[in-house]
Amino acid sequence: MVELSLLNSRKNKLKFSIIVTLKKEVLDPQGKVVQNTLNNLGMGNLKDIRQGKYFEIEIDEIDQSLAEKKVTQMCEKLLVNLIIEDYKINKI
Amino acid sequence: MKSSVIVFPGSNCDRDIAVALEKMQFKNKMVWHKETSLPKSDLIVIPGGFSYGDYLRSGAIAGKSLIISEVIKAANSGCLILGICNGFQILTETGLLKGTLLRNKNLKFINKDVNIKVLNNKSKFTSKYKLNQVLKINIAHNEGNYFTNEKHLTELNTERLIAFKYCDKNGNINENSNPNGAIDNIAGIFNSKKNILGMMPHPERMIDNMISNTDGVNLFSSLLN
Repeated sequence: MVELSLLNSRKNKLKFSIIVTLKKEVLDPQGKVVQNTLNNLGMGNLKDIRQGKYFEIEIDEIDQSLAEKKVTQMCEKLLVNLIIEDYKINKI
Repeated sequence: MKSSVIVFPGSNCDRDIAVALEKMQFKNKMVWHKETSLPKSDLIVIPGGFSYGDYLRSGAIAGKSLIISEVIKAANSGCLILGICNGFQILTETGLLKGTLLRNKNLKFINKDVNIKVLNNKSKFTSKYKLNQVLKINIAHNEGNYFTNEKHLTELNTERLIAFKYCDKNGNINENSNPNGAIDNIAGIFNSKKNILGMMPHPERMIDNMISNTDGVNLFSSLLN
């Protein structure tokens, strides 16, 4: 019984990654500083760097499309500032 | 006049604003963020600081706290709301004020006295100032770089919703007098009904000649009017 419940709990877990990046038109001073530093380290062919955020979310749900809906809500309610940021959800 | 100051874990200008309000004869109460109701207030102040350690984004977590839904209700029924520094960031996270505050353009925490110009003195917050008056007010922030979309920027200009802009001591508004990269040198804005003011500079630090100046006093005396 214990093993079965463990199996079920594993089955119910869906895992997603969320990548949050600044929109193209928003200045990213941190990315610029990282880029300059890499340039100074001799990475001369470096063209552009944009810095972002990464979240991993585990959710207790069997239905993937329902789970994705919930993750989208999490993004839009809290994780992402839609004025300046874009996000991408991936199943992992 | 009754005021309430909302206190979050990490607020650190809450007592400064309380001192300023009491000096100006407001009857002030401090309200912990876990409260679910507000005392009767004519003015609600969201103070400066680093609520929740600026986790996720400045003001993001505080913007979803229990008391904030009461603040939003009060704001919608016309109560005066003043957000200073982190309070301004929190107001943008709640959606009560549009736009957002990005990292300072030079990536440095800036703590200095700067000049700001009064762009609209026809509001409950600024009526005691003269139009285009230049004030010297302290700023202390890492994310003060105000940003908004073109449409809202046009609305801010046409509806005269910009309260203050950064300028030099002669009142010139240009890139050299912009400390943090804020769009159009914006230092403070109103909502469309002008019952909400968000500003990065700290007027509560400018109420006594012994420690600074008195350029912040008229903001509070305007509110008492």
